[in-house]
Amino acid sequence: MKIVVLLKQTLDTEEKITLDQGAVCEDGVTFVINPYDEYAVEEAVRLRDEHGGSVKLLSAGPERTAEALRTALAMGADEAVLITDERIPDDEYAVSKVLHTYLVRENADLILGGSFSVDRGGGQVAVRTATLLGIPHAGSITKLTVSGGSAEVHRDAEGDLEVVEVPLPALFTAQQGLNEPRYPSLPGIMKAKKKPFTRLTLDDLGLSPNEIQPATKQAALFLPPERKAGRILKGEPAAAVQELVSLLRTKVQPDTTAD
Amino acid sequence: MSQFLLVFAEMREGKLRQVALETLGAAQLLAQEGDFIRIVLAAGSNTADAAAVLSAYGAEIIYTIEDEDLEHYTPDAYAAAIQAAVSEAQPTVVLFGHTALGRDLAPVIASSMGAGQISDVTSIEIKDGEGLFTRPLYAGKAFEKRSFTTRPAVITIRPNNIAAAAPDASRNPSAITELAYPTPSLRSVVKNVVRKTTGSIDLSEANIVISGGRGVKSADGFKPLEELAGLLGGAVGASRGACDAGYCDYALQIGQTGKVVTPEIYIACGISGAIQHLAGMSQSRIIIAINKDPEAPIFKVADYGIVGDLFDILPLLTMEFRKVLN
Repeated sequence: MKIVVLLKQTLDTEEKITLDQGAVCEDGVTFVINPYDEYAVEEAVRLRDEHGGSVKLLSAGPERTAEALRTALAMGADEAVLITDERIPDDEYAVSKVLHTYLVRENADLILGGSFSVDRGGGQVAVRTATLLGIPHAGSITKLTVSGGSAEVHRDAEGDLEVVEVPLPALFTAQQGLNEPRYPSLPGIMKAKKKPFTRLTLDDLGLSPNEIQPATKQAALFLPPERKAGRILKGEPAAAVQELVSLLRTKVQPDTTAD
Repeated sequence: MSQFLLVFAEMREGKLRQVALETLGAAQLLAQEGDFIRIVLAAGSNTADAAAVLSAYGAEIIYTIEDEDLEHYTPDAYAAAIQAAVSEAQPTVVLFGHTALGRDLAPVIASSMGAGQISDVTSIEIKDGEGLFTRPLYAGKAFEKRSFTTRPAVITIRPNNIAAAAPDASRNPSAITELAYPTPSLRSVVKNVVRKTTGSIDLSEANIVISGGRGVKSADGFKPLEELAGLLGGAVGASRGACDAGYCDYALQIGQTGKVVTPEIYIACGISGAIQHLAGMSQSRIIIAINKDPEAPIFKVADYGIVGDLFDILPLLTMEFRKVLN
C-alpha cells in the first residue's frame, strides 16, 4: 500500500505569539510537526507495518520544515518530499494546487493529513487536495481500518461518532484520539539520516507562479488585547458563590438582547 | 453589478441551527445596495418547515433540497446538493457556518468552484467596498484580517461571533424553490451513527461552557459540571490534561489542539490554564475560574475567581443558580 502523509511544520502550541515588523516572530521559538499531522504520520507507519508498502511524507513550506520531516522519518516514514519555493503564496487555494500537481502523478492508495493546522487553522488544504484529485475523503477520523480496497473510519462529528466506509484511494484527516504518536527512537533518528529526502521547486513541478496566484491576501495581523486579571471573590464559599451569581445576573442579562 | 450571496443554512436533526441565522447575518453584513441574498437548505427532512421560518428574513429566494441521502452528512451527497444551488444561483460568495459539517463541506465547494476561502471568520467589515474578514491564527493567540483577490469566494463563519439575522417585516417573504436532488454516486457509505451528544448542546455553539481540567480527577468528577451545564443549558468542555488522563472524550477538548470556544460565560473548573488551553477560550466574554491553587495562571485571565475545591464550590453554585432561576 502506497501511503502519502501531508505534513506541515507549526509553532509549538506552548509558544507565545509575538509580532515583529508585521509578521509572527520566529526567533528562538520551537517548531514541531503540526500535532494533527503527527497522528497522521503515526497511523501511516502502523498501517504500513500491518499491510506492507511505503510511507512518503509531503510538505509545501519553508526550508525549516526539513526538521519536521526528519522527525517524521525518524518515527518510521520511508521518504520525504519538501516542495519549497518562495513563490508559493500563503493561501490554501494555491497550496492545494501545488500539492495536487505533485500527487496527481503519485497514484497513492491512501493520503493522510491532520484535520487542521494549529497555526492558520483553515482546515482547507487536505480536503481541497482530495477534491482536486477526485478521490473521496473523510475528515476528523478517530479510527481507521483498511481491508481489501476500502477503509472503515470513525469520524468525530461534533461529538457524535459516525462509522463510514470509504473506497480507496481516499484521503483522511486525523483527529485527536486516532492514536498515540510514538517518540522517535535513537536508531530511528540514525536511520532517518539515510532515508531519501527530495527538495522540489515550482519549476521541478512544471508549475508557473501564474497558475498559483493567491485567492486571498492578508490585510492586517495583530494580537488580541490582553485580558486582565479580574477579581478573586473571597470569603466563605457560600458567600463567594452568591456574589458570583448576582454579579453574573447583572453582567449578562442587560447585554443578551444587545447587538 | 449585483452580487449574489448564497447562504448555506445548516440544519441538524430536522431543525435550523442558530449558526444558520448567523451565517445569514454575515451575508447581510456583506450585501450592498442591489445585491441579492439566496439561501440553500439541504437536509434529509423538514426543509419546508425551515424554509417557512426563514422566508421572513428578507432573502430573495430559498432553495430547498431534500433527500434521504442528506439524512447523514457525506461530502458527496452534500456537495452535489450545494452544487445544484450554486448552478442555479451563480453566486459570487457562498457562506457556511464553521461547524463540523461546514468545515468539511466548504473546501469541497470552494475547490470545485475554483474559489478562494476564508475560514473561521469572527467579524466582517466593509472597507472601500470590499469585505474584510477577521479570523484567528494560532487558535486566537493572534488575529488577521483577510480579503479576497478573486471571485467567487467562500467564507465559513465561527458560531457565536456574528450577530444572527432577524426577521425583516419590511421585505416580501422569500420565494421558495424546490430543487431536485441530483442523485450523485455516493462513494462513502455511513454505516452507523453513534449519538454521544443527544440532548446536549454543541460546544462551539454553546452560550455557557463549563469546563473541567485535571482537578476533576476522574470521569465521575465531571458529574457536578454536567449538572450545572444541564441547569444553565450549557455544554461541558475539558482541558487537554483531563482528556489525556482519560477522564473524558477528546471531542470535549478546548484549546489550540481541540476546539476554540467563545461563549458568553466560561467556567473553568480545576483547570490550571496552560497557554494552549487559554488560546481556546480567552475570547469568551466572561471567564470564571474555580481552582484550589491561588497561583494558577487561569486566574490571570479570569474576570471572577474563586479559590477553592471545585467539588465544594460547584454544588453550591448549582444550588444558587437553581434558587435565582426559580
